[in-house]
Amino acid sequence: MSLKGKHLIDPNDFSLEEFKQIFDLADRIVEDRESFSSVCRGKILGTLFYEPSTRTRLSFESAMLRLGGTVLGFSDASTSSVSKGESIADTIRVLDAYADIVVMRHPKEGAPMLAAEYSRVPVINGGDGGHQHPTQTLTDLLTIRRLNGSLDNLTVAFCGDLKFGRTVHSLVSTLARYNSNKFVFISPAELRFPEHLKETLLEKHNIEIVETESLEEVINQVDILYMTRIQKERFFNEADYMRLKDSYILTRSKLANAKPDMLVMHPLPRVNEIAYDVDGDQRAAYFKQAELGIYARMALMALQLGVDVNVKGK
Amino acid sequence: MLKVNSINCGIVIDHITAGKGMKIFEKLKLAEADFPVVLLINVPSSKHGKKDIIKIENRIDLDLTMLGLIDPTLTVNIIENDEIVNKMHVSIPKEVQGMFKCKNPRCISNFDEYVTPKFELAHRNGKIRYRCSYCEELTSYSI
Repeated sequence: MSLKGKHLIDPNDFSLEEFKQIFDLADRIVEDRESFSSVCRGKILGTLFYEPSTRTRLSFESAMLRLGGTVLGFSDASTSSVSKGESIADTIRVLDAYADIVVMRHPKEGAPMLAAEYSRVPVINGGDGGHQHPTQTLTDLLTIRRLNGSLDNLTVAFCGDLKFGRTVHSLVSTLARYNSNKFVFISPAELRFPEHLKETLLEKHNIEIVETESLEEVINQVDILYMTRIQKERFFNEADYMRLKDSYILTRSKLANAKPDMLVMHPLPRVNEIAYDVDGDQRAAYFKQAELGIYARMALMALQLGVDVNVKGK
Repeated sequence: MLKVNSINCGIVIDHITAGKGMKIFEKLKLAEADFPVVLLINVPSSKHGKKDIIKIENRIDLDLTMLGLIDPTLTVNIIENDEIVNKMHVSIPKEVQGMFKCKNPRCISNFDEYVTPKFELAHRNGKIRYRCSYCEELTSYSI
C-alpha cells in the first residue's frame, strides 16, 4: 500500500488504512519535526490558487518548506494566464512540468478533479467551491485522533453553514466511514446540509443523522462541536447573508451544559461565530487544529511524493 | 390501416411509448440521416393501446445508449437478412457521458469547454437520478 503518485481530490480517494498511514507519520513529525527537515529536498510544490486563501495556502507552503522543498505558484488567478481564458487542462499540463506535486484551490466544484485527469504529478484538492476540502479533513481527523484518542463512536455536531461548508461535507463523508459515529446537523433552514450529499451518505452507510436549528438543545450530547463560518462569498445576494450571518454564536456560557471533554473545532477563519471568551476554555481546539494542519499536510505530501521518511530520530 | 414494409437489414425500435417516438427521432438525429428511416406514431398495440415505432434501414451502428433514458420500455431489434438477429430490451444506463448538463451552477463541467459532463446512476427511494462525477450533485434527467 503506497500513496506515492496518488491524487487527493475527495477524502474517499483514500482508504482508512491510508489515512492511518498519514496520521502515524504526522504523529512522528509532530514529535520530531527537525528530523524531517530535508526529506523533500529538491521537490517543488506548485500552488494553484484560483480563489483567495490565506491559511490553506500558507499552511501548504510552510509544510513543503519545513520538509526542505520549495514552492512556486500563484495566489490570484487574475495575475495568471487563467485570466486570459486558459483551460484548467492546459494549465495543469504545463504546470506539471514545473512542479512535483500540485495543490489547487478553485471556486468551481470539480475543478481539481479535472486537473487530476490531465496531470502527471499528484494533485491535491485545496478546496473546490462549496464541495470538498480533503486536507482540512486530514487536519480535523488528526486533531480528533490526537486530542480525543479515537475516531470511532463519536457524536459529532456541525453548526452553521452546512450547505456551502466544504470542510463539513468532506469531514462528514469521512467520519461516516469510521465505526458508529452519529451526526447532529445544526443550521438555519436555508443552510442545511445538502440533500444530495445526505442521500449519498445514506446510500453508503447506516448512520444516524439528527437535524435541528437549536445548538442549545443538543450541546450536552456532543463529543465534537464543529463550528463553521457563514461564508459571505458563497451567497448570491447580500441580503440573505446579512439575515443569516449571526445565526449561531458560541459563547462560554453556552458551553456550561457541554461535556467537559467535548472538543470545539473550527476550520478558521472565524468571524464572530465563536466568541473570544471561548478561546481560554480547555475545550477550544481550533488553534491546535490549525497547527496540526501543517503536520497533516507534511505527512500527506511526503507520502504522495514517495520520499524516504525513515529518518533517524533524536 | 397504414402499411409499411418490413426491412431486411437495419434497426427497428419497437414498443416506444406513444408520443416519445419524435423525441427519439430527434435525439438520434435521424432527420439528418442519408439512409431510409420511417417514424410511425400511434400504431395500434395489443399491450399498450398504441405505440410508436422507428425503422432504420441499412444501418446497425447507431449509438443507442440514450434510448433507455428516454423510454426504458422500448425494444430494439437488429435485423439482418430479413431475420431478427438480436432483440434487446434497453436499460437505464449506469453511466452516461455528455448527454445532459449538470444542474449545479457552480460545477466546473458548466464552465470549462474541455470537460465532458460524466454521471453515474444514483438510485434511491425509487427516484432515478444521475450523480455528477465532478461535483456529486444529483441531476434528474427527463427528455
